[in-house]
Amino acid sequence: MTTATAQTAPVAPGTDALGAHVSTGKAPGTEGTALGRTLRYALLILFVILILIPLYVLFVTSFKRSGDVNASQAWTFPSAWSIAGWRAAWDSLSPALFRSVILATSVAVLSASLGSLNGFVFAKWRFPGATTIFTLFLFGMFIPYQAVMIPLQGMLLDVQGTPGFSWFDGIAKLIAVHVIFGIPICTLIFRNYYATALPNEILEAAKVDGAGMLRTFRSIVLPISAPGFVVTMIWQFTSAWNDFLFALFLTNRNTGPVTYALNELAGGQNPDYPSIMAGVLLASLPTLLVYILLGRYFIGGLMSGSVK
Amino acid sequence: MRTATKVRDWLPGFLLVLPSVIVVGIFVYWLIVQNVLTSLDRTVTRATKRVTNPGGVENYTNLLGDDGYQHALFNLLVLTVVFVAGTMVFGLLWAVLLEKGVNAEGVFRSVYLLPMAISFIAAGIVWRWLLSPGKGEQAVGLNQLLAMMGLERFQSSWWQSPNTLSMAAMAIPAIWQLSGYVMALFLAGFRGISDDQREAARIDGATERQIYRHVLFPQLSPIALSALIIIGHMSMKMFDLIYAIAGQNSYKASVPATLMWTQMFQQNNPTAAAANATILLVLVALVVVPYLIYTNKTEKETRG
Amino acid sequence: MRNRSVATVAIATIAALGLAACGSSNEPTPTPGGDTSSLATTSGGAGGEVGVFTWWAAGSEKKGLDELEKLFKEKYPNDTFVNLAVAGGAGSNAKAKLASDLQNNQPPGSFQGHAGAELLDYIDAEQIEPVNDVIAALGGDKVFPKSLLDRLTVEGNIYSVPSNIHRANVVWANTEVLKNAGINAVPTDIKGWIADMEKVKASGVATPLSVAGTWTQLQLFETVLISDLGVDKYNGLFDGKTAWDSPEVKQAAADYKTLLTYANTASDGDDWPVATDMVIDGKAAYNVMGDWAVAEFAAKGKKEQTDYQYFAVPGQEGVFDFLADSFTLPKGTKNPGGTKDWLMLIGSAEGQKAFNLAKGSIPARTDVPATDFPPYQQSAMEAFKTNDIVSSIAHGAAVSLAWNADMSTAISKFYTTKDDAGLVTDLAAAAKKYLP
Repeated sequence: MTTATAQTAPVAPGTDALGAHVSTGKAPGTEGTALGRTLRYALLILFVILILIPLYVLFVTSFKRSGDVNASQAWTFPSAWSIAGWRAAWDSLSPALFRSVILATSVAVLSASLGSLNGFVFAKWRFPGATTIFTLFLFGMFIPYQAVMIPLQGMLLDVQGTPGFSWFDGIAKLIAVHVIFGIPICTLIFRNYYATALPNEILEAAKVDGAGMLRTFRSIVLPISAPGFVVTMIWQFTSAWNDFLFALFLTNRNTGPVTYALNELAGGQNPDYPSIMAGVLLASLPTLLVYILLGRYFIGGLMSGSVK
Repeated sequence: MRTATKVRDWLPGFLLVLPSVIVVGIFVYWLIVQNVLTSLDRTVTRATKRVTNPGGVENYTNLLGDDGYQHALFNLLVLTVVFVAGTMVFGLLWAVLLEKGVNAEGVFRSVYLLPMAISFIAAGIVWRWLLSPGKGEQAVGLNQLLAMMGLERFQSSWWQSPNTLSMAAMAIPAIWQLSGYVMALFLAGFRGISDDQREAARIDGATERQIYRHVLFPQLSPIALSALIIIGHMSMKMFDLIYAIAGQNSYKASVPATLMWTQMFQQNNPTAAAANATILLVLVALVVVPYLIYTNKTEKETRG
Repeated sequence: MRNRSVATVAIATIAALGLAACGSSNEPTPTPGGDTSSLATTSGGAGGEVGVFTWWAAGSEKKGLDELEKLFKEKYPNDTFVNLAVAGGAGSNAKAKLASDLQNNQPPGSFQGHAGAELLDYIDAEQIEPVNDVIAALGGDKVFPKSLLDRLTVEGNIYSVPSNIHRANVVWANTEVLKNAGINAVPTDIKGWIADMEKVKASGVATPLSVAGTWTQLQLFETVLISDLGVDKYNGLFDGKTAWDSPEVKQAAADYKTLLTYANTASDGDDWPVATDMVIDGKAAYNVMGDWAVAEFAAKGKKEQTDYQYFAVPGQEGVFDFLADSFTLPKGTKNPGGTKDWLMLIGSAEGQKAFNLAKGSIPARTDVPATDFPPYQQSAMEAFKTNDIVSSIAHGAAVSLAWNADMSTAISKFYTTKDDAGLVTDLAAAAKKYLP
């Protein structure tokens, strides 16, 4: 995934760190005709509304009383606001929420670290056959996980069974699995990033100075790796947080992450919709926050050439 | 940078990635091999001695010849086409709307990225209700919303409409979730193109539209291609969302991934599931491998 | 065979032998209704963990399971109960996880399965053991209806202990809607029922019948089959005596098609309460649902007779379309002694009473006094004793899981195509595939 033309340095001239236009000297959004601007804002707002429709439904239903929930009334505000749904959701989900936090942050950190090391090698410290191996890596991103689920579970159970490894259960297993299957995409992101962000001259100079690979990595590569880390960590955090398939097969209700617990909440013979909808919002809150607070860095990181 | 030729030079790098290579080799390729081997098994039930899979290539011909599987493949095609087209269109549109900079750009960007934060399982719970098929008096969900806005004409039974292309509606929640990601890619692409090119084109007298068409979009085509591949392969693997919306055994919403569930866990037939997965893998490979070869080639050219 | 599973079996065997050898307090615990000499149990339980795998993770089912857990701790203090419940999709997630566990030779202590044909796949794969000794120790056909035990027997062996019974062929009706339509008698067959639906429609209710997702449609279809075929021919569908493309089945398909013209537009994935709520709200007159619907009416504050009424699906008065949850003894499980303790509890009168009171179903045993049960359950328990019992298709009593999957897909397909001839063809093909 590279562009044919060379990318410029991480911050292009005439833009701020996030690439917002500042070069024309006009305030953002004041270019073009008045009609054009109105149309633009109208479209943007229209899409905001469309995107928020499902979130509106979730929000409104979560504050209704159980008895008031009715399929045909789902668009209306609650006649009587109640937080019973939220309380029930919290009771059901909080242990799993904490487990998910541990899971997602561990995966994010480990994946990013591994990705940056691998990406550096594939970008700049190549070895014979690197291209082939990298291509094989990439292909591994695309396998359907259902297909390998049963032998995977068996393999992991074997590990758990070996003496001294009985702790390898639940979240620990999921961390291992997400890190392993995240290696291709994280390597890709960093490799693309380093391919443009690390000028060869600097690396040559370091070599001349006698620095070995690891020293080069520590003192030259790591300091400029922030955008790559941001993109990788956000991506892996979300991916691990939202996964359901691996959680279903490798954990159980006592050890599973929040997607597992959410499915528990939503299943069963008599679903309680306010708590389910509150549960969906609760389970999505951390990732929502990540995207709201860190979204700008995500795009900034992408923009720095991480994924093209 | 030329590939270092002295072993001393490249060995450290090789050793550093070796653990990852081994791990990926096992958990991806070894499992794929195991999967293919499983798919070729001949299976007979232990107690009643009923032949559930004849073995060998016949496992595949049986599956591909099955009406239900062909229907699932067709659904997958429809879903993929609409899903990919939808995310590309909206992603590009939002990126174009935002790339020159607007007030509160951060807000708009955050909102468009929000759906990505929600898991498929969670989103499916809401979208199942939104895409309820009842119309007119029975309308709930989106149909009810359309009625409230006076747009009854557009009511639909969505993915449960009686026509063969109904699966297209199942792409709506997926487009909702992932257009933001495509937007982020394009936005990064736009912002990575230096202003000088636009200024130069403007000086030459080009209109904004011409600038987009002849200067900017061509440079975005690699991004578009990789977005296409990523979204396309996600479409083939999509399971959580469809399962959350349609439940199991839904005929209208069946795709190979949902059939795999039925094969593995209702029919207790991991052999057929393995064959199904291999076919899916081949389909993905048909698209991904040429793409990988192509990027490799272009990379070699720029690398020199 | 992997080394690990050999080790597992070895450990289990040694554990069992060890317990048998050193059990000084090895008095068999007396159980009502029978001798226990065929089943040696340690007082207080065999010890060790018992992982119980169910899909009872929420609602009244969870309450029932909690009651059982309490009792288990009381009666078998040596044993440790481990709750392995998986929620979702009326057991679909649980069955998936279970299949994976069984394939990897990691069977739980005991798993929940629908009693009857659904267990055939497990039996075929030699994943569960017969529990004839437990059933005998509990009292055999002195406490379980013989027709029920017949339905659970495969080639002379019983493979699970039933914990509770539900009835699937119940029509729940909105009293006021029926009154407004001028209906004051229960119709005697499907034709009469369809005529009544016309009356309801004429009185202003656009969708007299309510349906929900795929399995509820299959359930509705099976009740039409029972009415149009009668008990004997219906039973014959599952052992090859009745052809699936016989005229009676074709008639049932046509009747089912007609019934659906009076029904709402449902989604494949809809939960069943969506349909039952329509009756509660007066948007529909009839909903065919299992008797777990009682809890829904109660939750919405509805009163029997004044707000709602119930009767057997027209044409099958005196027929009890049953489904039963039951528990198994998985092959190679780590603690078979503990499992048998659990099974004995499940099958005991005390266990069944506590469980069913909380869950809203009725005991499988016939010697549990009905006095403490709410009115619907009391009538159901009476009916269970006296009616003809037939097996539910939708709920795993009549057909195996794989056969059920094919039928469900056919029903889902029919819902959109409305091609009843195609439905019959699909069903016949499925039967051909799975009938021995």
